[in-house]
Amino acid sequence: MLLTRDGIAYRVARDLPEGSYVNLGVGIPVLVANYLDPDKEIFLHSENGILGVGPTPARGAEDLDFITAGKGFCTLALGASLFDQTVSFTMMRGDHLSHAVMGAIEVAANGDFANWRVPGQSVPGVGGAMDLAVGVRNIFIAMSHVTNKGKPKIVNACSAPLTARRCVKRIFTDIAVIDVVEKGLLLREFLPGLDPAYVQERTEAVLMVAADCREMDVPKNFKGVALFG
Amino acid sequence: MIDKTLATCMEAVSPVHDGATVMLGGFGNAGMPGQLIEALRAHGKRDLTIISNGAGTGEFALGALFGDGLARKLIASFPAPSAKQFRAAYLAGAIELELVPQGTLVERIRCGGAGLGGFFTPAGAGTELAAGKEIRIIDGREYVFETPLKADFVFIKALQGDRFGNLNYRGTMRNFNMVMATAGKYVAAEVDEIVPAGSFSPEAVHTPGIFVTHLVSVSRHPKLLELPSEENP
Repeated sequence: MLLTRDGIAYRVARDLPEGSYVNLGVGIPVLVANYLDPDKEIFLHSENGILGVGPTPARGAEDLDFITAGKGFCTLALGASLFDQTVSFTMMRGDHLSHAVMGAIEVAANGDFANWRVPGQSVPGVGGAMDLAVGVRNIFIAMSHVTNKGKPKIVNACSAPLTARRCVKRIFTDIAVIDVVEKGLLLREFLPGLDPAYVQERTEAVLMVAADCREMDVPKNFKGVALFG
Repeated sequence: MIDKTLATCMEAVSPVHDGATVMLGGFGNAGMPGQLIEALRAHGKRDLTIISNGAGTGEFALGALFGDGLARKLIASFPAPSAKQFRAAYLAGAIELELVPQGTLVERIRCGGAGLGGFFTPAGAGTELAAGKEIRIIDGREYVFETPLKADFVFIKALQGDRFGNLNYRGTMRNFNMVMATAGKYVAAEVDEIVPAGSFSPEAVHTPGIFVTHLVSVSRHPKLLELPSEENP
């Protein structure tokens, strides 16, 4: 039993404190919005000009002029603001957002990561990934620990085209939470029932184990959604 | 009396010539000047260089422009997997792509409009998108030099405008439209409504009329008015 995509998103959401300003990328990261603590005030940023993205509107209540970077319809949260692309990228690149959560193809032990171009992809697209990677303090990666062929994604050096160098702070996978620190990778949490050796076997780069390394605290289900599967 | 309004989108695109550089505003379907782009397609001038965040989707406006074979180059950050006509043209070798990080694209346009000669950004440093570009170390960090972008023609979308060319936007329509409005020799805006001067307050002017050559009031492209339904989620 590993964490589902929703399970990874649930765990990421636990590490977003009140008052954070967060950009959520496509894939697992956008699911984080479903698991934010309703008692914390957190602003979600959308690169096309929103700080304070609210819930998806009900069918029939969509407004054509309100979409997110993922092109889906959205509402606005209390305290939201709207702006143009220059202000939006000032927030992203200028160290104003506190967190960006992104997917990755590979993360290296030194914090390099690759997420914009799958090797062999015919038509590339980069969007705002590189701007976030260089401009946001806390780069969180949310991804499966290994590829669907079982190959480790946490590696000594990335082989896929880089998004940015030395910027990842924390990696959340379906089996572990790992910090990127000065000396390398530090295992902080692993799934209940597993152990650090299990995580290391599925990781190419060497893991240090934190003195307070512990089992991850994630429930089996959340509001009817399975977090393990 | 100043009056920048035109009656039709065809009039607005009529000065576009073969080989022109054209900026197109919008992010996804929000703020896309769909009727002006359809007029540009009908106008049929060729060898265009298009500057746009993406390459559109579907069979209309921006998405369809690339199926018409009118563009020889696209400068963009994200031609999405759903940009089928662009992808087909690109894979056939019929169009060149200059891929730029989105924030770099925005700032290159801003420099073009603001009379600046370029800027240094950390985005892209150490990646293949910095290949061949000047690198400078500033305060111990690597930055990539990027050059300004300007256009012969800019086509944008706003909510309302007045005869002076003052524009306002709604929701997420501002996106690339505001900055692109500053970077063209000729800027035409498609608006939902032209209102009498003074109808919206000076504080509510998002794009001052000085940047706008012409504006046209037209109902939005039908494809841009479609909401999700049971048949088409």
